[in-house]
Amino acid sequence: MNLDLRIPIGSIFTLIGMILAAFGAATNGKEVLYAGSLGMNANLDWGPVLLAFGLAMLFLARRSHKQLEKTTAKPVKKRDARRGR
Amino acid sequence: MPILTAVDWLILLLYLAFALGIGYSLRASMKTGRDFLLAGRALPAWICALAFIAAGLGAPEVIGMGAWGARYGLEAAQFCGIGAIPAMLFAGIFMMPLYYGSGARSLPEFLGLRFDGKTRALNACALALMTIFSSGISLYAMGRVIQALRIFDRLFLAFGWDLRGVFSFSILLSAAVVLAYILCGGLTGAIYNQAMQFLLLVAGFLPMVLLGLRNMGGWSGLKAALPEAHRHLWKGVAQAGSNPMGIEIAGLGLGLGVVLGCSFWCTDFRVIQTAMAAKDLGSARRVPLLAAIPGLFLPFLVILPGLLAISLPTPRTTTVTRMEGEAIIRITTVARPEAEAGLGVVPAKVDQGTGKLVLDSSGQPMLDYDMATPNLLLHYLPTGLLGLGLAALVACLMSGLAASATAFNTVFTYDLYQPYLRKGASDLHCLAVGRWAAAGGVLLSIGVAYAVAGFNSGFSGILDALLLAFSIVNAPLAATFLLGMFWKRATGHGAFSGLIAGIGAALAHHGLTLPADTQIGFHGGWMTVLHRYPSQMEQSFWTAIFAFSANLAVTVLVSYCTRARSEPELAGLVYSLTPRPERGDRVWWKRPEALAAAILLGAAALNIFFA
Repeated sequence: MNLDLRIPIGSIFTLIGMILAAFGAATNGKEVLYAGSLGMNANLDWGPVLLAFGLAMLFLARRSHKQLEKTTAKPVKKRDARRGR
Repeated sequence: MPILTAVDWLILLLYLAFALGIGYSLRASMKTGRDFLLAGRALPAWICALAFIAAGLGAPEVIGMGAWGARYGLEAAQFCGIGAIPAMLFAGIFMMPLYYGSGARSLPEFLGLRFDGKTRALNACALALMTIFSSGISLYAMGRVIQALRIFDRLFLAFGWDLRGVFSFSILLSAAVVLAYILCGGLTGAIYNQAMQFLLLVAGFLPMVLLGLRNMGGWSGLKAALPEAHRHLWKGVAQAGSNPMGIEIAGLGLGLGVVLGCSFWCTDFRVIQTAMAAKDLGSARRVPLLAAIPGLFLPFLVILPGLLAISLPTPRTTTVTRMEGEAIIRITTVARPEAEAGLGVVPAKVDQGTGKLVLDSSGQPMLDYDMATPNLLLHYLPTGLLGLGLAALVACLMSGLAASATAFNTVFTYDLYQPYLRKGASDLHCLAVGRWAAAGGVLLSIGVAYAVAGFNSGFSGILDALLLAFSIVNAPLAATFLLGMFWKRATGHGAFSGLIAGIGAALAHHGLTLPADTQIGFHGGWMTVLHRYPSQMEQSFWTAIFAFSANLAVTVLVSYCTRARSEPELAGLVYSLTPRPERGDRVWWKRPEALAAAILLGAAALNIFFA
């Protein structure tokens, strides 16, 4: 299959993490909003965790893609080198 | 009424966009029936493992497990422990080599290879019925939760629409999204979305559980807030009357551990199709084993919310008086009658027709345990995270429905259409039929969702209804598969008559028994009441045991009276006649057996700690 699942998973978690972190930062100190979560700004605490997970997935997908490119490119380069190109 | 803000909606819509986007991006890869119905058998083990565990976590399971946690306490975690882990390990070590190695495209086709065409057709019909029923329950569950949480109420009020239409709107919208990504991405689209669903479930539910535990003062604080019977996993299981589920050790071990566990995690095609989509035999074997690792910790995500929900204070109508200057200000907070009659944040059940509380046989309000997890989400999660929690719930519905729809279209196409309706249909023709079957399956599920809505007021929970249906239809299948795989003397006539006898015995058992505090009808006793069980769950477990045992006995008896196939014909289909998977040069601790042993040890440690 053409789609590496780590890309959509990484993207959605990065976006949700950014939204939660930004919203948490914008609403920091609003006690009424966080009364249910025991006064903790749960958005600001959890958003960066999701952001880090999303970025890690994107990094793994990119690294895997690069490795795949290298393995498919190498034989061509060797052959080209023998032909003096 | 929960007030979803723009940020909650943004996260919900983001999830829907990604679910559709995954399906859309796969559309170009769906060139053959094999691509569409079997995911090309090209997926890596980790994706299939996430989908495998997610296949057991549809909306009815997630909502129902929370409900059982609230109702039965920690004992409900047996469904994730003895009812899941051993069966998953057994599937990975012993059954996947046969399923995958035989080259069968579906489980009914495996039965066809092992036994004969009639056994395959019977299994295909039973599976098709069960997938439609379970996806209908998934749709119903989500429609009901969305309705209860009043998520679309503002939208309906803004357009002046009747609020009674929320249920229909919810199920039609969910069905349309799932159908769109299945038609584009086939089984791959479903598996990718299931994997994403599991990760979203962790992301959305974990903060709720952590906040709940913190509020209760940790695990010890939660235990102190719970009734004694709700604190233990194993205590009191020696006798049916001395534990909350009303089940004794034989029913638990044999019914849940062997029959139901095996029939769900080893022989239910909705689950097994994810492992059969793996890229090679080694990956297919690892799928159930890798899935068992997060499976060990599932109770923390799906059972614990139920325990936390009943530990919270029950809402009461209160009035606070305070002085401001010379003025006396009284603020009255009104709790809804169903919330006041509930326990913690679990409300009492309300009759949808009359709007009155539903009472049990002793005149006490029946609790709507299915609302335990959704209400806990609303209680703890602030705006922002609430959108993520609800997206996780919606994702559970979507993937549960998708698993059923993809299982249905594969079985319909390969086990009913191709062999019986149009023999020799080409692969491209099967691709088209698979798409039409998916659409037909989703439409039938919508019909079932409306039918269940009409009946549910009498049932104590959606998962109870699903468990009972599963005990009647799926439990006998486990005996057929086990005998077929591990007893070379089993014959096609034996398997077919065993299946009929198993389903017949399950129906007869249901018709002759009745759980305590229930009415004759859907709960049982429709022939005559010979025995009363202390709980609905005990009845379901014993229905499964009777079905399994009857199938086992009749299959063995008829097999001895009929001619068995020769050993060469059964190579690759029976365990003792199949070459063992090559271990290669892998060191012992990298082998599947070592991983399975480590998971078993982990499960045993958790069981001892929470005993």
